[in-house]
Amino acid sequence: MWAMIVKEFRQLRRDRRTLAMMIAMPVLLLVVLGYAATFDVSSIAVAVAGPRAGVAAAALPRPFDVVAADAAQGRAWAQDQLRDGRAVVAVVTGGARPVVLIDGTQLFAARAALTALASRAGRPGAPASGATPAAPVVVVLYNPQLKTSDIMIPGLAGVVLVFIGTIITSLGVVRERQSGTLEQLAVMPLRPRDVFLGKIVPYFVVAAADLVIVLVVGVAIFRVPFRGSLPVFGLGALLFLFVTLGIGVLISSISQNQGQAIQLAVMTLLPQVLLSGLIFPLSSIAAGVRWIAYLLPLTYFNEISRGVMLRAEPIGALWQPFVFLTVLGAVIVTLASLRFRRYLAPARARSAA
Amino acid sequence: MTSRPGSLAAGTAGDEQGGWGADQISVQYRGQLALDRITLHAASGQVSAVVGGDGAGKTTLLRCLAGALAPGSGRVRRPAARQVGYLPASSGTYPDLTVQENLDFRAAAYGVPAARARERSGDLLERAGLASARDRLAGQLSGGMRQKLGVIAALIAGPRLLVLDEPTTGVDPVSRSGLWWLIARAAAGGCAVVLSTTYLDEAERAAAVLALDAGRELAAGTPEQIVAAMPGVLRGIAGQPAGEDRQRAWRRGGSWRIWDPPGSAGGDGTAITPDLQDAVTIAAIARELQAAGGAR
Repeated sequence: MWAMIVKEFRQLRRDRRTLAMMIAMPVLLLVVLGYAATFDVSSIAVAVAGPRAGVAAAALPRPFDVVAADAAQGRAWAQDQLRDGRAVVAVVTGGARPVVLIDGTQLFAARAALTALASRAGRPGAPASGATPAAPVVVVLYNPQLKTSDIMIPGLAGVVLVFIGTIITSLGVVRERQSGTLEQLAVMPLRPRDVFLGKIVPYFVVAAADLVIVLVVGVAIFRVPFRGSLPVFGLGALLFLFVTLGIGVLISSISQNQGQAIQLAVMTLLPQVLLSGLIFPLSSIAAGVRWIAYLLPLTYFNEISRGVMLRAEPIGALWQPFVFLTVLGAVIVTLASLRFRRYLAPARARSAA
Repeated sequence: MTSRPGSLAAGTAGDEQGGWGADQISVQYRGQLALDRITLHAASGQVSAVVGGDGAGKTTLLRCLAGALAPGSGRVRRPAARQVGYLPASSGTYPDLTVQENLDFRAAAYGVPAARARERSGDLLERAGLASARDRLAGQLSGGMRQKLGVIAALIAGPRLLVLDEPTTGVDPVSRSGLWWLIARAAAGGCAVVLSTTYLDEAERAAAVLALDAGRELAAGTPEQIVAAMPGVLRGIAGQPAGEDRQRAWRRGGSWRIWDPPGSAGGDGTAITPDLQDAVTIAAIARELQAAGGAR
């Protein structure tokens, strides 16, 4: 048995990546999740409109955080603030009773807002100095029943794309190295670009088909609404798919075998699932960790898919995620094709002369 | 990544001498010299064999010829990639594709029209005795069958230069002769064939032989030339000699042989006419003795 233990440790020492994963991952996960894993909402972005906007804005207690107030605007403007993701709650003053609009796609923030409003309404003698005396009319938009599936399924579509794009693609490319056919490919009369595209197009097609299936199932079975523009959603999905396929190729070009490729792919998948706002609201993630979220493509795809599907957000309001996805895609696909070219090019041995 | 002097000179007018090959190529791996100024001429219509033990540099030389590795210095003359057939040390076929699918892919990648590819693969499979395995997964084939498939795949596009890395290693004698038949037929069709082998009896069938040892040329020429160039005398002896003679003796089959360098005293036993295997072994011993002498 001793011989076996020694052998196992020796092998483990050679496999640096597994070792790193065994030691670094638990620490990293604990720290990141410790800061990220919270459903508590400490601040709720509010937009206030109507003639008494200034008074209402001043009267709103924590956790409400007024990000915009415009006395000249009405309900339409307030609703746009929610649709375009600038605020979670909008207060429209000027009517007999103030109207409070809540964005139901921000599940936890919406629930926190409802709780805060209810506790205020229940407090005896609530109206203090010039606050609205009448109880507000509360309207939850986009996801009135605050259903979890409505916000999860647009995000899960992204997870499916990550899964196919990154994990399956990285396996497919590294398979060439493992089966010893890479060298054969390198000497074939094929341009590296042909090999690169030939390698990723099948995964692209499969991932696109998967995306359609997820959407159809989501809409048909889970009754998730699809309110926005299909072309905008499609464009976002296309960009996102390029990024995930690029990551897949990148991973496989630096992996020696399928085991390593899986390890690396999981290491890119895990933070995306945990930090992209899919499960924990982005605004709840501690600022020290939140910047990681903004490096992850799924964060942007989530914004696009939720925005388009649930709130019918137009492309103009989504320019930020689109630009970031495009930049990420350009960087990653360039890196991936460069790595791939090197991976295919005849190995160069140093001059002996 | 453009071609530079001392790298791959693909598609050059390499055929001026009626063949392809490597001129004075050197390759270094992590500071270790894997090939030291090696020259190999691969004539069209001929089989050239590269022989040597493990780590001699056979695979490195063949990879350079096929274009999978760029030498550090020297020049490789080879036709365009489309006209090079290559069998890497790992048969280069996809284990999760069937025999026919592997050949279809290779033919398509080399731009062979589908109808011609079918005809050619049918013919080659038939002749190699693989026709019945057409629909089997390459990964389920025996080692010998997989090697045959690798050779057929390398031949499918009708190459002008065929580079085969140990095509017969691990192959049973019947399959070996089948493989040799395919190789000889390709050469007869005007293809320049370069293959590596650890079997010296096999190399004897080649028109030209290059023996490598630790990346350096040990002997080169036709098998007859290599045998004729052997210095000294070869004797058959009863058993393993004692003392310093041990370095010059080796066992072959049931008997022992000893080599007397030119000018040595000689001894008992019967004189033996050397063959290629003896000549290459002697060349290796001579180099060892020389190195040991130099170190002293």
